[in-house]
Parts: sequence; structure tokens; C-alpha cells
Amino acid sequence: MNWADLRWLVPELVLAAAAVALLGADLVVPADRKRWLGGLALASLVAAGAACAVVLTDLGGLGAPGVRVFADTYTVDAFAVYFKLVALAAVALVVLVSLDYFPGRTPHLGEVFSLLLFSGVGLLLMASASDLILLLLSIEFVSLSSYLLAGFLKRDPKSNEAGVKYFLYGAATTGVMAYGFSLLYGLTGSTILYDIAARLDRAGPAAYLAVGMALAGFGFKVSMVPFHQWTPDVYEGAPTPITAFLSVGPKAAGFAALVRTLSIGVPLEQVNWPVLLAALSAVTMTVGNLLALLQRNLKRMLAYSSIAHAGYVLIALAAWKSAWALQGLLYYLLAYLFMNLGAFFVAIVAAEGTGSDEIPDHAGLSQRAPWVAGAMVVFMLSLTGIPPTAGFFGKFYLFAAAVDAGLLWLAALAVANSVISLYYYVGVLRALYLMPPAAPGPVPVPAGLRVGLLVALIGTLAAGVYPQPVVTFVEVARRLLGS
Amino acid sequence: MLSAIVFIPLIGAILVLLVPRENDRLMKQISLVASLVTFLLSLAVWTQYNRGAGGMQFVERLTWIPSIGIEYHMGIDGLSLALVVLTTLLSLVSIVYSWRIDLRPKEYFFLFLLLETGMLGVFVSLDFFLFYVFWEVTLVPMYFLIGIWGGPRKEYAAIKFFLYTLVGSLAMLLGILILYFNADPRTFNVLELIRQRPLAGKPLLATLAFWGFFLSFAIKVPMWPFHTWLPDAHVEAPTAGSVILAAILLKLGTYGFVRFSLPLFPEVFHQHALLVATLAVIGVIYGALVAMAQTDLKKLVAYSSVNHMGYVMLAVAAAAYAYGRPELADAAATALNGATMEMLAHGIITGALFLVVGVIYDDRTHTRGVDDFGGLWAVLPKYGAVSITAMFASLGLPGLMGFVAEFLIFVGSFSIIPVFTALAALGVVITAAFFLWTIQRIFLGPTNPRWVNLPDLDRREAWTLFPLVVLMIVFGVYPKPLLDIINLASSQLVAMLR
Repeated sequence: MNWADLRWLVPELVLAAAAVALLGADLVVPADRKRWLGGLALASLVAAGAACAVVLTDLGGLGAPGVRVFADTYTVDAFAVYFKLVALAAVALVVLVSLDYFPGRTPHLGEVFSLLLFSGVGLLLMASASDLILLLLSIEFVSLSSYLLAGFLKRDPKSNEAGVKYFLYGAATTGVMAYGFSLLYGLTGSTILYDIAARLDRAGPAAYLAVGMALAGFGFKVSMVPFHQWTPDVYEGAPTPITAFLSVGPKAAGFAALVRTLSIGVPLEQVNWPVLLAALSAVTMTVGNLLALLQRNLKRMLAYSSIAHAGYVLIALAAWKSAWALQGLLYYLLAYLFMNLGAFFVAIVAAEGTGSDEIPDHAGLSQRAPWVAGAMVVFMLSLTGIPPTAGFFGKFYLFAAAVDAGLLWLAALAVANSVISLYYYVGVLRALYLMPPAAPGPVPVPAGLRVGLLVALIGTLAAGVYPQPVVTFVEVARRLLGS
Repeated sequence: MLSAIVFIPLIGAILVLLVPRENDRLMKQISLVASLVTFLLSLAVWTQYNRGAGGMQFVERLTWIPSIGIEYHMGIDGLSLALVVLTTLLSLVSIVYSWRIDLRPKEYFFLFLLLETGMLGVFVSLDFFLFYVFWEVTLVPMYFLIGIWGGPRKEYAAIKFFLYTLVGSLAMLLGILILYFNADPRTFNVLELIRQRPLAGKPLLATLAFWGFFLSFAIKVPMWPFHTWLPDAHVEAPTAGSVILAAILLKLGTYGFVRFSLPLFPEVFHQHALLVATLAVIGVIYGALVAMAQTDLKKLVAYSSVNHMGYVMLAVAAAAYAYGRPELADAAATALNGATMEMLAHGIITGALFLVVGVIYDDRTHTRGVDDFGGLWAVLPKYGAVSITAMFASLGLPGLMGFVAEFLIFVGSFSIIPVFTALAALGVVITAAFFLWTIQRIFLGPTNPRWVNLPDLDRREAWTLFPLVVLMIVFGVYPKPLLDIINLASSQLVAMLR
């Protein structure tokens, strides 16, 4: 092993060190000072972000090809850096709102931050892993910390249920995925994606079986039908900041790993996976949307909406032959980070103010917290795909990829689904604006949440009004993936 | 200049948001100033537009998302110029009318100004992406305007409006994308796409894209059978919302047909022109008959919109049918002039009619049943005169604006699709019948004793209604200044369709 290659891992190392430090500090810092641990976590995330920028410069700037290190098991390229930045932003925003959420609910604040950072390390690894074993381990790393976070509120039965369900479901799908990986190894004699691609010829149906089984694990991470059943229960039961994290962090990293595995490891001539994913995309978005229509609980509604959005993102893999596809996927996941985190942050404010997660109980919030409700309008419209928001531009990108690849039927289905989704997203706005307030008086918004909401709001609007900087990045990331 | 016109209302809207909650007078003043300045600027463009040169003027072009060829690209020609001035005028009138709003004024005026920015943006955008952004921006404020300040069934009407129009918008988005990916070089530039006609040799894709656009515009117009959102939205919307909905938002649909569908897909539109004409004629007759059956004055005016927009679509279909036949070019130009004239006439007249309904319903009687009145003219002479003028204008009495428009439509269309035109003329008779009957029931006959003490128009109401009535009469007698501008756009369009 070449020790100098460790410089490509600086972001991961920074984060891992901070996570370990936090775990120890949690034992010695007195209870009333534990918020400072959050500050430490945020600082380490910023440092990791800066390290990502350094990594990018070391590569030779945005336009330079990536490097493969540790015997080709780890790939650092613009694609990976993009996902690392998205993951770090997600963790940072969630840490920010956790500062106000967890005190009073649990004494072990440091553990929350530590677990979030560990989970972040896993996300960074997932974005770069180009070896099946490393990939499996990093997915498990994210999963294990997520199980703990989902069930963190020990005295809350719903949180317990969320943790256990998430664990059981995750264990089963990971098992299936591991079996799929072992088939790939058996067919090619290697676990490294680049070698698999070279040796996967004449595999025939066995390759299809292997890819199908591997999809179970990725599908679990990104909430793809039929591996989505855990989503609503876990989203509802987990502490809301953790739900927010699960909805964007592991999802984005799951897509990163899925894209890298399929596009590098599985040549289209051997397995025609875009066709497979077109079908899964169609089913996922439709099931998610139809079930979201029935929900009254905001967190459950956002859970089904998150399934539907996984369906939209899968359009990119279905329309793989279009140059717009991967760009659309990358852009969409960033847009989804801002708008979905924002929606969950509003859900926290609403639940604290009204004592309920039910949408009808949030009636008249526009008059009790006008700016928060106004932000929710932007997030809901963005999730629907109405300009000038990031969600619109993301959908525009993905629909364009479908049209470009000749998948007009999939684009038309996505359009129909967008119209369905309008009904339940606007249902939230209806409660906030059209219905009279259930109780008088303003709803308080703690400082951390305020900052988190503001970042999400600005991100959603700025990436929608002026997407060119992100477009530049995703174009490069697409062009250089795997080169 | 165009950017200023489009974004001054948005700046006003943001200022309104920053005003403290209690100070609703300041919010109203900001809105008034913003809409007044916008109106004056649009008049300045009107006077400065070079009539000798024609075509797109005041063009603004900046790169926006260069990687995929999206530009910030605006310009104005005779067609959009007329509609921009109509929009700024009616927005101003609506804000003056809304002075009495005291329920959640901050949100109301914010949404109203945001809506104005959206509408103006649609009329001046020359890049499909930019156009689509503005097109969608108009939906959201209208949802809230109906949903918060509307009548008893406001929530149903608001979401129905939103869902219907979103279906159309997204279908159009797919159409836009089909155009983009078949263009060479790929572009969202409207003028460049019209020049290229990228789908000319691809009948299947052209047909799909055409119907995508069609769905969007037809829902907006609304054409029969896509009209069912309209009566709900109109009846439940607050008065100023109904005015904007009828006067401007419906025009987005007809504008789209003239600006995009005709020049981008002339062959496909030609093939389906008779189908479109059939729907238009059904709309004309069905709208008139259903209007006749209404006892709710607001619903009556709403259905009369279905009827009037049917005339516009008849003329558009006629122009499409004339494609490829140079001998009919003059007739097509006349029909398109009539169509644009009718857009303006319907905007002014129906805007006035909804104000007429609002004046009596919002602040005076709280009823708008056609049979609940009688002899009202004797009680309210000014109000009666204004209302009756507007209704006469709407039924197409010569000397008023509606007549000029319908005359041009019928003259132009008759040489191209005579049977359809003759059938549509039947609609004029029914329209005349139900408006005369309405005038009789409300304003003539014995005075209903319940209303003898009603006050006549106050200053604010007079200020909103009189300008519109004056315009109806002026352009009814002397439409030349308007027609000159419109004709510049129509003749150019027809020249492309030869």
C-alpha cells in the first residue's frame, strides 16, 4: 500500500476522527455544555468539506480525470466529490437542527452527533467505493449508524419500532445484495468493478440474476419499490431530524453507489439494465404517489413522497444513453437535499408548535409563523416541480433525459405523477393557508432551525433561478465518471 | 425596458412583504404605485414601438444557462404589446378595486403583484424555458387568491383550477422538450425554433408535440370540453381575481395558439384545423346556451367567456386551415386580427362585467341572482348605464368594441370555413338574447322594494369602471390605432404561413 494515497481520504479521516472524539467527549462534558459538541461536529464537517475542495484541486481542478487508489478499490473523481459535498451538507444541516431538537429528549447529545458523523463517513465511502466488498461494508456502516439513530429515543415506542423495523428490513436486503455480489464474484473472479466489467462477457442469465439481487440492497437504501416498505414506518417513528437525514443522505449515497456499480461494473452489452430500471422507475413513482395521496400524517406523506422521488431519479438510469441522464440525477439529488430537508424542518417547527404531526392540525400556521409557512410554500412547490425552484429544474432535466432517450412513455407517466403529487403537496399548503388557525399566538422557531430553514430556502430558490454553477459541475462529473 | 415592466410588480410584491402587518394602507399604496408605474411604462413602450419596422422590438438577450442553451430573452411585437398593455391596465384597475380588502391584505397584494409579473413575463418571453417559468408562476398566486379570498366552495375551485392547468403545462413541457431535442442546433429560442421548424419532416413527433401544446392552451382558453374548471374558478374567485382570470389568464391560451402553435406546427394544425374549429363552434353555442340558463349573474358572465373565447378559437382554426393556400392569406390575416381584437375586447368588456357583478354583490346586496333584482336602473342610474353598456358591448352591438372584433372574425373566417362560421354566428344571436333578457330582468321592470335605498357607484368604483367603458366606446368607434398595431403582427404571421 502506498501511504501517500491516504491524502485522498482526508475528508473521511477528518470526519472519523471527530466522530471518535465526540464519543469520548460525551462522557466527560457536563450536560449543560453538550451543545458545544454540536459546534465541534459542525466544525469537523466544514473541515471535511474544505478537505474535499483540496482533494478536487489535487486532482487537477474540476476538469481533471479521477484517480484510483488502493488497488483500484477506491475511486476519487468529480462524481465522488460531488456526492461527498452533498452528503456533508446533509449531515451539517441535520446537526444544526439537532442542536435544538435533542436536548430535553435525550441526555446523550454527543452520541447523536457522533453517530451522525459516523454515518457521514459511510456516505463518503459509498460515493467512492469501486470494489464490491468495500461497497458492502460502507453501506453497512451507514446502515448500522442509521438503525441506532432511528431508534435513538429509547422511551418513545414509535422510535423503537422504527429502529427495529429498519434493522430487520436492512439486514434482509443486505443479505440478498451480498448474495448478488457473490454471484458477480463467482462469474468474474474479482470484486473490483473495473475487473468485473472486463470479465463479465458471456455471463448470460446469471449476470441478470446477480444484478437483480444487488438491486435489492440499493433499492432499500433509495426506497425503490418493492424494497420500500420500511420507509413510512421508519420515517414516522424516527426523531424528525433523523428522518430528514435518512431521506436525503443515504438516498443520495445509495444512488451514487448504484450509478457507479452499474455504469462501471456492468456493461450494457451484458445486462440491459436501463430497461429493468425503466420499469422499476415507473412502478416506484406511481406507487409512492398514489399512497402519498392517502396520508394525513406529514412525516408519512413525506415518506411516500420520498419513494415517488426515488422513482423520478430512476428515470436517469432508465434514460442512461442520454447525456442529460446522469446530469439530471446529480442535479436532482442536490435539489432534493434542499427541498426535502426544508420540508422536514418545517415539519419540526409545526410539530413543536402544534404538538402533532397530522397535517390538519397544522391549520393556519401561516398566521402563526408566516415566514416558516412561506418557506413551506417554496418547498412544496419545489417538490411538485413548479418553477422557479430547484425541484422544477431537476424534473426538467430528468424529463428532458427521458425525451432525449426516446422514453416518451416514461416522461408522460412522470408528468401524470407530478400532477397527482400536486394534490397532496398543495394539501399541506391548504392546511397552512386556507384553514383558520387552531390556536392563537406565534409559533417559536429556535435559532438552529432558523439557520437550517434559511439555508434550505436559499438553496432551493438559488439553484432554481440560477442553476448554471451546478450544471457546470454535474456536466464534468458525468463526463469523467469512471475515466 | 421590458424587464422593468415585468419585474417592477415583483419588486412591489417584495416591498409589500416587508411592510409591518398593521399598516395595510401602506401595502395598498405600494401596490398602487407599482402597478401604476408598470402601466405607464407599458404605455411608453406602446408609443415608442416602431410601427414602420414591426417585428420584435425592445429585445433583451442575456445568457442564463448557457450549457443547455437557455437564455434570458425578451421582446415585444404587435400581438404581445397589445396584451401587455391590457394586462397592466387591468392589474391597475383590479388593485384599485381591491382597496377595500381587509382580510390578510399583505398576502393578497403580494400575490396579486406576483401574478402580474407572471402574466407580463409570459407575453414578452422569447425563450421557451423562460416562458414556461412565467407560465407556471401565474398558477400559484391564483390558487391562493381563489382559495383564501374566494366564495363558499373556494377550496374545491382553487385546487381544480390548479390541477387542470398543471396537466396542460406539463404536457406542453414535453412538447417543448421534443422541439428542443429535434432542433439543430438545439435551442429554446422561440424565434429560432419557428425559423427551423425542427419537426417539419417528423409527422409523429410533430403531432405529439402539437397536442401537448394544444392541451395546455385549450385548458387555459378554455375550449369545450376542457372548460369545466372555469365556472367554478370564476364563481368562487374574489371579484378582482375573476377580472384577472377572465381578462388576462384566458388570453394566455389564445396567445399561445397564435404565438406558438400556428407558426411552429402549421402542417399539423392545418390537418386538425377542422377538429379545432368544431370544438370552437361547440364552445360558442354551448357557452351561450348554458349562460342563458344561469340565474347567478357571475356564472352567466363566466359561461359567456366560454362563448367568446370560442370565437377567438374559430378565427385561429380558420387561419390554420388557410395554411398553404396563398389565395386565402388575406382572409387569414383578417381572422387573426379579429382574434387578437377579440382577446382585447373580451379582456376589457368581461373585466368590466365582473366588476359590475362585484360592485353589486361585494358591498351592496350580497346576492347576485338575476331574478333577485328588477328596475335597478331607476335606483342606480350611473351603475345601470355602465352595466348596460358593458353588456351591449359583450353581445356585439355595433359602435362598441366587441362588434369590431366579432365582425373581423366572421368576415375572415367565412371565406375559409364558411359552414363553421355560419354555425358560430348562431351563437351571436343567443348571446344577444341572454344579455338582453338579463338587462330586462335586472335593470328594467318594476323596482324591487328591497333595493330602493342602495347607493350608486362611489368614486373608487367609478374610477375602475369608467375607463373601461370609455375604451369600449372609443375602440368601438375608432379601432384603427389598435388594429394598426395588431395587424403588424398578424400579417407577419400569415406571411410565414403562406
